[in-house]
Amino acid sequence: MSSLILDQYNYAVVIILMMTGLYVVFASRNLIKKLVGLSVFQTSVFLLYITIGKVSGGQPPIVESHGTDHVNSETTLFASIGELESVVQSSSGVLYSNPLPHVLILTAIVVGVATLAIGLSLVVRVREVYGTIEEDKIEEYDRIYYKEIIERQ
Amino acid sequence: MMLSSYAVAPTIILDLALMAILIIVAFSIVRMRSLFAIVMLQGVYSLVSAAWFVSLDAVDVAFTEAAVGAGVSTVLMLAAMLLANRKSDPVPISKQIAPLLVVIVAGLAMFYAIGDMPAFGDVNSPANTGVGMDYIERTTKEIHIPNVVTAVLASYRGYDTFGEAVVIFSAGLGVLLLLGLNGNAGRWTASPSGQHTYPPMAPSANSRLRSSRDNIKSVTSSAVKKTSVSTARKSKKKRFKDKGDN
Amino acid sequence: MHDPHVILKVISKFLVPFIALFAFYVQFHGDFGPGGGFQAGVILASAVILYALIFGLEAAKKAFPPSWVRIGMSSGVLLYGGTGVLTWILGGDFLSYGVLAHDPAHGQHYGIIAVELGVLCSVTTVMIAIFYAFGSRQPEVDEDNW
Repeated sequence: MSSLILDQYNYAVVIILMMTGLYVVFASRNLIKKLVGLSVFQTSVFLLYITIGKVSGGQPPIVESHGTDHVNSETTLFASIGELESVVQSSSGVLYSNPLPHVLILTAIVVGVATLAIGLSLVVRVREVYGTIEEDKIEEYDRIYYKEIIERQ
Repeated sequence: MMLSSYAVAPTIILDLALMAILIIVAFSIVRMRSLFAIVMLQGVYSLVSAAWFVSLDAVDVAFTEAAVGAGVSTVLMLAAMLLANRKSDPVPISKQIAPLLVVIVAGLAMFYAIGDMPAFGDVNSPANTGVGMDYIERTTKEIHIPNVVTAVLASYRGYDTFGEAVVIFSAGLGVLLLLGLNGNAGRWTASPSGQHTYPPMAPSANSRLRSSRDNIKSVTSSAVKKTSVSTARKSKKKRFKDKGDN
Repeated sequence: MHDPHVILKVISKFLVPFIALFAFYVQFHGDFGPGGGFQAGVILASAVILYALIFGLEAAKKAFPPSWVRIGMSSGVLLYGGTGVLTWILGGDFLSYGVLAHDPAHGQHYGIIAVELGVLCSVTTVMIAIFYAFGSRQPEVDEDNW
């Protein structure tokens, strides 16, 4: 349990945030609030991916110039102790965080806003037709409408 | 292990502060009912998570999140909110219990799975020893550009990014189909043999409901009337150019 | 009668060109620092959105006509796909930029620049399109509701 708090606290926080977003999606009956919850959920998933790709003591994955004149002081500290022997590191000896989750999430963010725009435009059309964005009222209108159709037949 | 945790101690404090802010903001989104406040808090949430991305070495992601999440999506949500209500109705407690149970069960299941995950910042975790680190090596040898993220995005995984570009394109197309570039999609009235059949409203617009929707109907139908009157005067060609609002 | 938003208008008129310039910096510096087509596209779109928010949608549509939006959306994706087709024609695989120049590394540079330009074009115009679609849907915001 102590290892959970010390080493894996990021997952705990991400799960709390994720479940908060999910709760907003499930519980709120307002369509725009639902979409806000969805985007909170989405951002939490991004956080999960990025925290997995983090390497402690690492640098952003922007490789410095190929010359050896630039030496990171922190890296020399690590390297002198020999702690990083088993570690995958670039040729210049600097430790970088994993770039792959960054790439995946980078595109996911932009696609996320595009899908959010689709959702919002659906909400706008729903509002224009039904006059409300509360799910309960929309369901009630639908019920009345179908009842009327059945009565007519 | 002791030394590494010592070396990153200031970052841990920063991380904890940002996490605390994120949780507070998320919880207040749950509690709030004013849509304006909720939308602005969503922007705050995005901005704080962008700050955390910087702390997690994901500078490109932080950049995008700050520009997209805190900027554009907040503007879009505000624009959509202006077309809808400013406040959300309260949800009765009886309808909140089932979602709460589902969320708690799912959350506990995920908490149970935490034990199998690698430690935070572990260099030897499966995710950090595979192809991701390989890209850093190969970028310096094969592409010669410093930013590995750009190299992977555009070259190694160019196929994926092509897919993303197509997704964005089709999302834009979908919005234009739903709303119209000039905001006039879905507002045209059919005119069989010169007769206008307005208001052009779907299911709920029948006589029984009108009394309960007075304020909304007056706004909508006046807009519709304006459109149909102005379009009737214009020629058929110009009808599709009419903006509806003016 | 004074314009109540004179400070906003002056400041944003001053800022819009700098935001656009910054977008191009992010675009072309994306190989060396954080940045790239996605970010630059969003920033460039936000310059137009800021202009539309302050000066009204009609003025923004004069500055960035909706017809550009239609063309830009599709030509961005076409530029991306076209780069892939070009590499095909030159004898490589789809989107393997090494064949674009004699030195494979230079070919990679050209390919990345072309692809990022396609992404920039597509993202900018889609974001502007979405904003135009939402913004045109409603009457301009009243002076009281600012």
